[in-house]
Amino acid sequence: MKQLSVFILIVLFPSLLLAQDDLMNLLNQNTAPETNYTTATFKSTRIINGHSIERMLPGQLDFRISHRFGMLNSGAYNLYGLDGPANMHFSLEYGIFNWLMIGVGRGSYEKTFDGFTKFSILRQSTGVREMPVSVSVFTSAALNSLKWTDTSRTNYFSSRLSYTAQILVARKFSQGFSFQLTPSFVHRNLVGTELDPNDLYAIGAGGRIKLSKRISLNAEYYWLLNANNQYMSQPIYNPLSIGVDIETGGHVFQIMLTNSLAMIEKGFIGETTGQWRHRDIHLGFNISRVFTLKKYPQKKQ
Amino acid sequence: MKRLIFLLILPCLVVNANAQKYMTKNGFIGFYGHTPMEDIKADNNQVASVLDISTGELVFQVLIKSFHFDRALMEEHFNENYMESDKVPKSIFKGRITNLSSVDFKKIGSYDVTVEGDLTIHDVTNKITTKGSIEVISEGINANSKFNIVPEDYKINIPGLVRDKIAKSLEVTVTMKYSPLPSK
Repeated sequence: MKQLSVFILIVLFPSLLLAQDDLMNLLNQNTAPETNYTTATFKSTRIINGHSIERMLPGQLDFRISHRFGMLNSGAYNLYGLDGPANMHFSLEYGIFNWLMIGVGRGSYEKTFDGFTKFSILRQSTGVREMPVSVSVFTSAALNSLKWTDTSRTNYFSSRLSYTAQILVARKFSQGFSFQLTPSFVHRNLVGTELDPNDLYAIGAGGRIKLSKRISLNAEYYWLLNANNQYMSQPIYNPLSIGVDIETGGHVFQIMLTNSLAMIEKGFIGETTGQWRHRDIHLGFNISRVFTLKKYPQKKQ
Repeated sequence: MKRLIFLLILPCLVVNANAQKYMTKNGFIGFYGHTPMEDIKADNNQVASVLDISTGELVFQVLIKSFHFDRALMEEHFNENYMESDKVPKSIFKGRITNLSSVDFKKIGSYDVTVEGDLTIHDVTNKITTKGSIEVISEGINANSKFNIVPEDYKINIPGLVRDKIAKSLEVTVTMKYSPLPSK
């Protein structure tokens, strides 16, 4: 009898002596696995000229100022383009919902007013919900407000407008490397001559390599699919941009070299007339400053 | 034979009757740092913790991405640049109450305790000792504590550019509401 009770004590006693590791295991058993969404695929809402998958979260306002200086090949007298003529673009961009951001801007290039919406459709994640890529849909409209060059003919307001639609597909492969593909469609209501296509199709590709936690090297290229420079009134070339992102708390500075002058899709996809091999390159920068207008809502769980 | 059955059942009864382990999945841990330039404050309401009242041992598990800031960008930088949450998603604490005898878990009331153990943040483990209180209530056990941690101790690198904006030492507040964990 005594032996038996000793035996029972030995068998049951360990259950009262759980070590901390066992408590930890207990904790892990009782907590549900989570979905881990990828954040900070890019440092800013632009890779260089074009939009990145990044969005403003609800209640966050991004004030952006961008410049593109004159051409590098304009020589020392013009300080390699820094003396101008410079193009500028500024915009206010705001996150309305977790899946929607909007923006309005004005650029000196063709005195353009522009507006855009960006919808976040899919977000890259691991854990319970696995998603290999993030996908957003971007749409924009641009209004050219230059005075009409030919006032003798009937000029319609709609002729000032052009539209862009893009699908942004991005993946953060690692902490240091992200890549994005951007199929794009641009429609111009009015083009220079009837040889020029109203619709342009392009595939954009962009990526970043982090050089340190706060500095990344970015590159971006748009490949025009249906531009035929033999017939078009003004030859256009594929925009290629190389830049560096520097993040300092609330600011992101982007400094780049690019052959395009415009800072909106319709301009850099459809109207890039400079060529890298002729050193028609512009030095430029984007500055982004984010303000919190509304407290970021806590995620529900 | 009757005595044998009684002996067999008794230990099981004891284990079931007195819940030894208390757990929470939505405990609160927040931290706060103040400098003239910027206040940094984040709340996490999804802290999981288990307290074993028979031994005084307790463990915490904190998902770094569950810390929420008022400013979305600050939250992104916290995860991306400082805590490296993709590499190190969790912080944990394993410790025990050193003066367990001064707490009567059967009597409703508040008791001062000292907790010591290993705090692992950003894959760096440091021994900490902190004062706190245990409050025995009818529904379970509440635990509270406040202590300071220094980010540098956990190899959280703060670059010179923003050093003036981030407090050298952060005040951590812990508020847990444990309920008995049904034994299986």
